[in-house]
Amino acid sequence: MTAKALAAATGIDYREHLRLPMMPHILCPGCGHGIVLKALLRAIRSLDLDWDRLAFVAGIGCSSRLVGYIDGCTLHTTHGRALTFATGLKLARPDLTVVVITGDGDGLAIGGNHLIHAARRDVDLACLLLNNETYGMTGGQVAPTTVPGSVSTTTPRGATEPPFDACALVTAAGASFVARGATSLPLELDTLIAAAIAHRGFSFVEIESDCPEYFGRYNRLGRAPEMLQQQRRRFDEVDETLAAKRFVGAPPHAGVPRLRTGVLHERKT
Amino acid sequence: MSQLVQGNEACARAAIASGCRFFAGYPITPSSEIGESMARLLPDVGGVFVQMEDEIASLGAVLGASLGGARALTATSGPGFTLMQEHIGYAALAEIPCVVVDVMRGGPSTGLPTRPSQGDVMQARWGTHGDHPVVALAPYSSAEVFELTSRAFALSERLRVPALVLYDEVIGHLRERVDIADVPLARGERPRPSVGPAAYEAYAPGPDLVPPLADFGRGYRFHVTGLTHDERGKPTDDPAIVGALHRRLQEKVVRARDDVVSVATVALEDAEVAIVAYGVAARAAERAVSDARARGLRAGLFRPRTLWPFPDAELRGLASRVRALVVAEMNLGQLLLEVERVAAGRTHVEPCLRADGTPLTPEDIGTAIGEVIGAAV
Repeated sequence: MTAKALAAATGIDYREHLRLPMMPHILCPGCGHGIVLKALLRAIRSLDLDWDRLAFVAGIGCSSRLVGYIDGCTLHTTHGRALTFATGLKLARPDLTVVVITGDGDGLAIGGNHLIHAARRDVDLACLLLNNETYGMTGGQVAPTTVPGSVSTTTPRGATEPPFDACALVTAAGASFVARGATSLPLELDTLIAAAIAHRGFSFVEIESDCPEYFGRYNRLGRAPEMLQQQRRRFDEVDETLAAKRFVGAPPHAGVPRLRTGVLHERKT
Repeated sequence: MSQLVQGNEACARAAIASGCRFFAGYPITPSSEIGESMARLLPDVGGVFVQMEDEIASLGAVLGASLGGARALTATSGPGFTLMQEHIGYAALAEIPCVVVDVMRGGPSTGLPTRPSQGDVMQARWGTHGDHPVVALAPYSSAEVFELTSRAFALSERLRVPALVLYDEVIGHLRERVDIADVPLARGERPRPSVGPAAYEAYAPGPDLVPPLADFGRGYRFHVTGLTHDERGKPTDDPAIVGALHRRLQEKVVRARDDVVSVATVALEDAEVAIVAYGVAARAAERAVSDARARGLRAGLFRPRTLWPFPDAELRGLASRVRALVVAEMNLGQLLLEVERVAAGRTHVEPCLRADGTPLTPEDIGTAIGEVIGAAV
């Protein structure tokens, strides 16, 4: 499909909102992050926001590189610290809508402290955490969300540490809007991201996004289409949170409890 | 009307008077009164105070606020200054104005939280990785904390560099009479784009090598990154662009050097021996000079109010005409290395160092003066 035909079919010409001189992008073939970027652009479009009053702030990692491709005020900060910059920007300029893009390593490992304090402070930021269970930018190391048993370059015999449940973490820390979405459910992603941006207070969306190039290849999960199908199966049935029930020694995702997508927690302020 | 003003309070009042409207910080002795004062003063002028979860977050928030258009400040001491190095480097490369005050205490590590030191001088210059520009000012009184904090804002905004204000615990907690109205406020604005949003490039330098900076959210859309970038902010590893960027970042401060570098002197005209000292050690040095003069010894004081960039030219001239330079500082020899570099054998350089959590005394410095003059005679 040509770009023109795609624009006609979807009602949005993505090129209007992308910084074309920044292309080509750095994402690998099959990476899920592009699905999230397009969902974000559609979500903003649906909210009819003024693009000159929007700011996009990110940390370091594959997901954080997305902001550079958006034609807006974009701030690519240091590893784990996006929320600190975003907090200062929003407090100094409450007229701006501030969207933060982070990843599982950026947001939950090196930036974990900033994440829980941003949630506690409940400053009006929308934080999208793209969880691909690995450090893609550095070649596929184990992450705080890696399912036990998974092979990574730093867990060649399989990961043994229990992972974080990011949504439960930020809910406990005080976030007033918490949701989970997935690249295998892209239309739901639009509505979750739009709701997160519209929400007044700290909103958080964990987005399951696949890394076929490293995580998928190391764990023999197939290419992008197969990984999306497997991801979709994980969301087919509703169940409780994942962290407590995941266990050491299982192959990746086998026996993992079903994950719930949608809005998990909302407190109107 | 003069009043008793503590150094740290003078810092906060100077920031407000200089248009600072954002403070993010984390409590740490002996700098906490700066944040406490800002928490009290900022709401009355429409500003924002936020206590962050650590010092990394504090400077991150300051940089975010600065990109939004606010003059922004943070303050800390050694351990927090160490954590801030990450974002000092970011501010240097992304060229985001910010002022960082470091009230120096004994280190390394937790060290001596309530005791003075001048141990962060080299960290201020080289604490973050990579080559980078930095401006660091060193006041030695409450009035000068006021003056140089204001000057740090002016320089940081005008040059788009992180500006550091370094003073020790004694200066931070000293209360002395100041007539704030008499202290000059420095003027300096961040350069603003003269072109419309479509033609704006956030890293295209002006004639002074400083690129104009638009605020986020006012019609100019641009990319800010800690990756090495071209004039539009696009990440690049093109050696020609990378090399030119690094040279420009240094050169913009070099070109403004005469406005950045400031030195105060006492009785240097006929001095045989010059003391080089800053901060509270310079107060002891002033007394040591008058004591030496009373004994008939021709001593003088060279007091850098700017530590970085170091006042090479000013000191070089002095080094050519004195018998000795006595470097009096409260560490094991940091600015000493710069003095030795500049003196380059033109004169004898005598260290007078103390790193025990107590200030240098006029007697310490007087002894050093006597020794070098005795040795020369």
